[in-house]
Amino acid sequence: MPSLNRTRHFAFLLLLLVLAAPSRPGFALQEPQPQAGTEPAQEDLEDPVLEAQVREIASKLRCPTCRALSVQDSQAGMANEMRELIREQLRAGKTPEEVTAYFVDRYGEWILLKPTAEGFNWTVWLLPVLMLGGGLFFVFMTARRWVEQGQARAAALANDGEESEL
Amino acid sequence: MNWKKTLIPAAALPIVALLGYGLTVNPNIIESTLPGRPAFEFSATTLDGGTVSLSDLKGKVVVLNFYASWCVACIDEHRVFLDAERYYAGRDYKMLGVIYQDPPANARRWMQRMGGNWPSLIDKNSRIAIDYGVYGVPETYFIGKDGLVAHKQIGPVTARLMVSMVDSLLAAPMPDDMTSADVSAEPTPGQG
Repeated sequence: MPSLNRTRHFAFLLLLLVLAAPSRPGFALQEPQPQAGTEPAQEDLEDPVLEAQVREIASKLRCPTCRALSVQDSQAGMANEMRELIREQLRAGKTPEEVTAYFVDRYGEWILLKPTAEGFNWTVWLLPVLMLGGGLFFVFMTARRWVEQGQARAAALANDGEESEL
Repeated sequence: MNWKKTLIPAAALPIVALLGYGLTVNPNIIESTLPGRPAFEFSATTLDGGTVSLSDLKGKVVVLNFYASWCVACIDEHRVFLDAERYYAGRDYKMLGVIYQDPPANARRWMQRMGGNWPSLIDKNSRIAIDYGVYGVPETYFIGKDGLVAHKQIGPVTARLMVSMVDSLLAAPMPDDMTSADVSAEPTPGQG
């Protein structure tokens, strides 16, 4: 049946095309198009200390438009402009703490990728440690119980053996 | 074992409570630090070539709307702003648009198509957006006559919110420290 074979070939090719097509992200309506960012000026690139500080601060801040990325890792327009603002503030003599505080003042603590270890935030830091400790304690207690049960069974078996020998 | 019967549920309870609380919170709504605080001062060029400074608008209720031509949700709320422009004409009300991550030419075309006579500010290097902690559009800030941020709206502004916010802010008494000369201050010509 040549026509049936042709249809099958066509369907197979179509399937291959669909599978091979690059996966498209969801149509994000509210995501801005990356714009030509504010790239660091040549003199800043020649100042490795300043650039290292910019990288350090930017890597601690959350990109407001992409959220899952840091300002350092994101190529979104807002992230570019935030990096430039960090650079500008450092150049103006602000300390890294002051620059970070500037962003926290405007965006709230949400802008920090790592929450500060104070108040209710301690939960985030302590809970994993407590859970790990609790898990280890549970494993230790269970293992000890198994050992004790095994020893008791072995003793019982030994007793049974002795009794039967007698 | 008694310790198992009490310790495990006791340890699990706060974790379950925490997760349960997490389910009640919308992660897309990030609380702003601005309401109740003085609005950050800015001075920016408008699409028409004029200049607008927030300090010039003290004594007026200011609605500061961050928008972009690529923002679909901005279309929904634009109708509300058009109605408000007519409804509050002649009152101490000023609407300001701030272009967010969008070339001015696109914003100009969008405003021409959508209508509205309020100024659209060109936010150079997104400094206004960063100052106001904007992370997406549309976002709108309602600023009282006293210059304090009264409310931040994330997402489109509804007619109900617009009327309730602007009416209550217009009804608020004028700050004591303001003279009639301050109130009569107008933005520079050409702001649209």
